[in-house]
Amino acid sequence: MKILVAVKRVIDYNVQIRVKEDGSGVHTDNVKMSTNPPDDNAVEESIKLKESGKVKEVVAVTIGEEKAQETVRKALAVGADKGIHVKSDNYIEPLGIAKILKKVVEKEKPDMVFLGKQAIDDDCNQTGQMLAAMLNWPQATFSSKVNLKDKSMEIVREIDEGLETVEVNLPAVVTCDLRLNEPRYASLPNIMKAKKKPIEQMAAKDLGVDITNRVQQLKVEEPPKRKAGIKVANVAELVSKLKNEAKVI
Amino acid sequence: MSVLLIAEHNNKNLKPFTLNAITAASKIDAEVHVLVAGSGSENVAKEVAAVPLVKKVLHCDSPNYQNYLPENLAPLVTKHSEKYDHIVASANTFGKNFMPRVAAALDTSQVSDVIKVNSPDTFVRPIYAGNAFATVKSNDKKRCVTIRPTSFEPAPKTGGSAQIDKVDAADVPNFSKFVKREETKSERPELGTARIVVSGGRGLESGENFKLINDIADKLNAAVGASRAAVDAGYISNDHQVGQTGKVVVPDLYIAVGISGAIQHLAGMKESKIIVAINKDGEAPIFSIADYGLEADLFKALPEFLSELNKLNTIQK
Repeated sequence: MKILVAVKRVIDYNVQIRVKEDGSGVHTDNVKMSTNPPDDNAVEESIKLKESGKVKEVVAVTIGEEKAQETVRKALAVGADKGIHVKSDNYIEPLGIAKILKKVVEKEKPDMVFLGKQAIDDDCNQTGQMLAAMLNWPQATFSSKVNLKDKSMEIVREIDEGLETVEVNLPAVVTCDLRLNEPRYASLPNIMKAKKKPIEQMAAKDLGVDITNRVQQLKVEEPPKRKAGIKVANVAELVSKLKNEAKVI
Repeated sequence: MSVLLIAEHNNKNLKPFTLNAITAASKIDAEVHVLVAGSGSENVAKEVAAVPLVKKVLHCDSPNYQNYLPENLAPLVTKHSEKYDHIVASANTFGKNFMPRVAAALDTSQVSDVIKVNSPDTFVRPIYAGNAFATVKSNDKKRCVTIRPTSFEPAPKTGGSAQIDKVDAADVPNFSKFVKREETKSERPELGTARIVVSGGRGLESGENFKLINDIADKLNAAVGASRAAVDAGYISNDHQVGQTGKVVVPDLYIAVGISGAIQHLAGMKESKIIVAINKDGEAPIFSIADYGLEADLFKALPEFLSELNKLNTIQK
């Protein structure tokens, strides 16, 4: 079987983002970037399935500017076999991303597509579901346990009420929760080897899909700042403040 | 110009967040219609019809909709979306799961996790874990919108009498199957809607020590939350997680114990009305957003806290 795993380059999760003063977005110059965290889980799960012998090939794909390739290199360094970089210098909405991924799926013909459940920059949580709908495939979102069978997958999903188990026929789209696994680090020799693995290049605009953005970003601003309150000396003072000042208990 | 809202329920009762979504939908357009898709869900349809802000209920009852599989639900929503300009659902694991499938089928770009409705086409939504707010305008003719329930008040539940129309089911693809749902049972209020939340972090040092948190929560009739660090360390199950990758909560009182205040945790609780931080590290970032900070060893402070609470004559429920 074959897995296509999609990775996105985002501002590193440890960076405190700064909003631009003109309201046009957030600062990205000289800011540390890395692979979207749940995408790392998607890569890890793909590699684990390959190691189990059930999956023969893992192809990693990213869509974005030149440097987005780094995320594919990282996937290659932990065990993906081949990379694909769909180039675009502009932001593309999840709807457009899903259309591009559909094209890649039609070409690569994977049995499964793995993605992170959500990107930590635009926080949309849409791409995997949209891709599944466009392909007319089933989906398992927010997955925390994957059991690959011959013609289906049994998947445990993280839902608000607890856990849900579903069985989806192959081919299927899986979006990964952070709890799915512990992503590995690449060893130096593997990082060197990954440099020799092929990354196929293509341009988003050449794929023949409409990727025009439909949602216009009018302004980006900082959320209202919360002021630091006071420090209390002891527990008795805390309880008294909560009872008599804040009146919440 | 009307809105189709998809109700979340368990086939017997409406889930409370649907009421918040109804409020949001009514800010987009006053003509709010609600689709109830379920199995044996007559009571839910009646409940929705009693909500004064709801003008019409579309009810589709079929075993295919019993477990809200997105592969089954999305085609139904798409089928009945024709007359509507907006399709709305809550931005929780229910709405997030099926709505993008509807948006893809309609070739429309979804606006996720709306916290404010400026006009029928312009919305405010958090990005970067709530560290920035984006005002966005949707140029699509038909708009799929998910709303963050805690950013809107719940709509009043009774007094209305909307018409209930039975509507046709849609074809189902039969390529996915519900196996089981393990709901976390708790005597305590639900984390997403509790008036008070007491949360523990890595500072608790073990799952057993969460008893200290539980005792306070029981006394205050509060829900129990946790930081991702505590969940990852295996102290407590993931459905307690508050933050960007967990739940967003907006209680009247949020008590963060042994939580340093990572960006991703703050994203899930910083809109709480009153925030209390108990941490032995006086420099912890959580103190910068806390209304009341107590720099103390939690293993001493929590038992003291409980005994102080026990001294109170009354505690609000």
